[in-house]
Amino acid sequence: MFGHLPLWPENASTNAGNVDALYIFLLLVSGIMTVLIFSVLTAFAVRFRKRRGQRAVQIEGSHHLEITWSIIPFCVMLVFFVWGAVIFFRERTPPQDATEVYTVAKQWMWKFEHKGGQREINELHVPVGRDVKMIMTSQDVIHSFFVPAFRLKQDVVPGRYTTLWFRATKAGTYHLFCSQYCGTQHSGMVGWVTVMEPRDYEAWMSGGAANQPLAVTGEKLFTELGCVTCHRSDTQGRGPNLVGVFGKPVLLEDGRTVIADENYVRESILEPAAKVVKGFKPVMPTFQGQVSDEQLNALVDYVKSLAGPQSGRPANASGVAVATPQP
Amino acid sequence: MHTSPAVVDEHAHENPALLHHFATEEQQKNAASLGMWVFLAQEVMFFGGMFCAYLVYRYKYFADFGSASQQLDIKLGAINTVVLICSSLTVVLGVRAAQLGKRMALVFWLVATIFLGLVFLGIKADEYAEKFEKHHVPGASFSYHELLPSQEKLPEAERQYANPHHAEMYFSLYFAMTGMHALHMIIGVGIFGFLAYMAWRGKYGPNYYTPIENAGLYWHFVDIVWIYLFPLLYLIDRHR
Amino acid sequence: MATAVVTDSGERENYLNAGHGLRSWLLTVDHKRIALLYLLSITFFFFIGGFFALLIRLELLTPAGDLVQSDTYNKLFTMHGQVMVFFFLVPAVPAVLGNFLIPLMIGAKDLAFPRINLLSWYLFIIGGLLMTFTILNGGVDTGWTFYTPLSTEFLKTNVVSAAIGIFFAGFSSILTGLNFIVTIHRMRAPGMTWNRLPLFVWAHYATSIIQVLGTPVVAIALVLVVLERLFHLGIFNPLLGGDPLLFQHLFWFYSHPAVYIMILPGMGIISEIVCCFSRKRIFGYKAMALAVVGIAVIGFLVWAHHMFVAGISVYAALIFSLLSYLVAVPSAIKVFNWTATIYKGSVTYQTPMLYAFGFVGLFTIGGLTGLFLACLGIDVHVHDTYFIIAHFHYIMVGGMVMAYLGGMHFWWPKISGRMYPEGWGKLAALIVFIGFNLTFFPQFILGYMGMPRRYHSYPPEFQILNVLSTAGATILAVGYLLPMVYFMWSMRYGKPAPSNPWNAAGLEWQTHSPPPTFNFDDDPVVTWEAYNYDEMGEIPEKPQKEEVPVAH
Repeated sequence: MFGHLPLWPENASTNAGNVDALYIFLLLVSGIMTVLIFSVLTAFAVRFRKRRGQRAVQIEGSHHLEITWSIIPFCVMLVFFVWGAVIFFRERTPPQDATEVYTVAKQWMWKFEHKGGQREINELHVPVGRDVKMIMTSQDVIHSFFVPAFRLKQDVVPGRYTTLWFRATKAGTYHLFCSQYCGTQHSGMVGWVTVMEPRDYEAWMSGGAANQPLAVTGEKLFTELGCVTCHRSDTQGRGPNLVGVFGKPVLLEDGRTVIADENYVRESILEPAAKVVKGFKPVMPTFQGQVSDEQLNALVDYVKSLAGPQSGRPANASGVAVATPQP
Repeated sequence: MHTSPAVVDEHAHENPALLHHFATEEQQKNAASLGMWVFLAQEVMFFGGMFCAYLVYRYKYFADFGSASQQLDIKLGAINTVVLICSSLTVVLGVRAAQLGKRMALVFWLVATIFLGLVFLGIKADEYAEKFEKHHVPGASFSYHELLPSQEKLPEAERQYANPHHAEMYFSLYFAMTGMHALHMIIGVGIFGFLAYMAWRGKYGPNYYTPIENAGLYWHFVDIVWIYLFPLLYLIDRHR
Repeated sequence: MATAVVTDSGERENYLNAGHGLRSWLLTVDHKRIALLYLLSITFFFFIGGFFALLIRLELLTPAGDLVQSDTYNKLFTMHGQVMVFFFLVPAVPAVLGNFLIPLMIGAKDLAFPRINLLSWYLFIIGGLLMTFTILNGGVDTGWTFYTPLSTEFLKTNVVSAAIGIFFAGFSSILTGLNFIVTIHRMRAPGMTWNRLPLFVWAHYATSIIQVLGTPVVAIALVLVVLERLFHLGIFNPLLGGDPLLFQHLFWFYSHPAVYIMILPGMGIISEIVCCFSRKRIFGYKAMALAVVGIAVIGFLVWAHHMFVAGISVYAALIFSLLSYLVAVPSAIKVFNWTATIYKGSVTYQTPMLYAFGFVGLFTIGGLTGLFLACLGIDVHVHDTYFIIAHFHYIMVGGMVMAYLGGMHFWWPKISGRMYPEGWGKLAALIVFIGFNLTFFPQFILGYMGMPRRYHSYPPEFQILNVLSTAGATILAVGYLLPMVYFMWSMRYGKPAPSNPWNAAGLEWQTHSPPPTFNFDDDPVVTWEAYNYDEMGEIPEKPQKEEVPVAH
């Protein structure tokens, strides 16, 4: 129990140092404020304790003081706000060519699937120095993916994807916790993130049974489920051609323009009528109840792979997905 | 420090409705009035939560909500709207009767209000029964296979049906909102029943009609909630 | 002072001896008796919630989940939160001290609606019975936050009875707030202008606004959860097109302002105590009054800072973070003003003042840690960890409960007609302060280290801090038990109290201890400003009950 008294999580991501710096700044400012207030209170309590013959001096107040000690603290708080916002913005903006890992959370385990098809449960292997983006959904209740060493967490919500990205800086094994109460085994829904040197990581990826890349699984499903009959690679299909669609804006029937991201593709499979591409009829059937979350991930990854050579990066920078409508 | 002589004894000769902790009738009346307005403010927030849920899902499931809305009987909804507005009128006439000291007129208008309230509730019950028959009540027996608005003009093969889950969402909100509204109406009818009895006993007159006025405020509020519910639930997408 | 009414036994009539028997208490409309009814009820729930806390801390002595099963542990922290928030913290100061003191402080005979006041208490009791049923019938394990779809689709425990119980407690709270608003507007004695109101009254006015406007939203959120469970609706169920985040928005729209319901009355108490024991008017009366109203208003605009990682957009997060910093400003003003009030005062350290000092210090720490949480970059790391738990316990327990105890000691002579034993009071305050800090300070460290909240078992490196925390909790428990014991002791053996044992300003001290049923022998007319300590003498060394001329 007294082996070592840890007071600080390890610093294992590019983000962690930034968060720690801000935290230390806040600690300093708060510490100073606390010491200041405590000492002034104590000093006043002692200096102005009741003494014979001395009466209290009635002081109405001071506008100047009120304004001063409103504005100065607020200005300091604005510094906190801006600094925290900058970190947050960076945390929420995954880099374009991050390595993607699909995550399905369920009561009470973490299921990971790498693009190469490797599957892990409660353990996540990632390489040092490479951007990794988690694309996460839940099968049941809300969970939360929390790695203290990275100073990151993101709630994992049923019915949609949420994402979290990081770049690990130090090889090692770090705690993974579920940090959104999810029922009986909430505190058992823990695991390890193993950060490996690139060579070890390559070895790990290619070791074990041969895996089918996620996008290939998705392509097979695309055929099995009949998607290919309407979403043909020519322009004659009853559904839009999906090549080059992912990551780009899509013009819808009702005039809105949305970005074809993971949530868009997922929704299009489960609730096709929600967003109908302009020029097409709402004839796509729903696959709700017919595909598992893992199969959805495979399909999403397949559609993503149609966008260009690298996942997540669109084939060309511009262009709205358009197709010739079926007469 | 000054004190003023107690005024308790003088009150006994004044209005017997004056409660002991108030100094004057006017203070009591103002307090009761403010109390009712504050109560209505929290009622706004209470219904507001459901209106918020409605807004969110109407936006998300625009067409499906339109489809489900067509399933309601717009004639019955319109009749109910008129019934409620008339009942607010009868309440106001009741207040007026109390102000003029006309006891039987007051009782009449209160009973009329109750009657109209019951008409509303009766029509509502009929609507609910119809929904029950058509399996549009959310839950295990829910079943929905209706078209989106203005789809019937299209050829068979091109018609689009509403998503039954989203239609169920509409009906969940329909029943929650109209159900909560109906509950408030039942309570209101009960209150007016009590007041009608007290009015018949001669408790209210030009000197004291605060309960009538405040119950009227409550009733007007319930009416206004319906004025919002009617277009949001019955009238959306009718033009399609 | 005018002559007083006498009971049959020859003692002066007061609200305690006017009428005996259960009926006279259970059917009372006297705000002072209702306050005592509430006192008994919330004390009961405080010890229930405290008992759950003790079990939680005992379990957390060891990393393994070995004291209770997982499901039991989940029920413990759920019910600890529900009972403490809805059945202790929200009603405690308003329904006990507010009920008792507001009419006295403004010179009224009672609240505006005495019967609604009694109804409030009965609604609270109904809610309490439902909560007790929930506990006895196997408990509930949703977390006090009831997040969907866990609470609507996945749990088989007593979710419905807990939700309805809280609904009733909420309705009780709404009616109390309504009563206070109308009372403060309409029942002030002649000369008691808004600018002369004690800050305790201002604080309750602001609190009441929150109670009236905020509580209905959580009420409807819980109603929808109950309907969803009973009728399998899909309002919050993604499989049926529902959105789990909608529940979170509706829930937090109330539950954030709720924390201001809990703290503002406590701040009102501190203002009264600091002024009395420094013998000074408050520094910056207008700023203090404006600050409580400002906190109430801005407090409605920050709810989604509980949802930074829930899946809301970056832009929403930015807005709520900025607004959360805004609400910190009036809170800071209050701390500065209390400190400035002590400046050039004449300070004594009776028990209420010790609690006030404790409050200011611990609220400062709790409030400063709030700045950490409003900061997006930090919150992502510490959200849903023990850092959050430490933060809100510093405010709620280090702040609110200490203010409540300080207020109970300050006004105990007025309420009971007896002095509490000062030595024991000081000792208990010290024990509470030490126990509290030992319990909760280690949790800040645990949180930043990454220990998630609501964890039944945890990695071994977190153990030592957990052991420290549990040790503190046992000390804290002793500190809370002591006042229970000596307050009860004082009802029989305490020194009889004079009308104004502290020589304090305020109308409540201008009448007897305990007050007569209708509060004042003669209706007051106010011609002096609030906190007129320039006219008051010093605090008596040994408060002596005055001789009251009795009419026969």
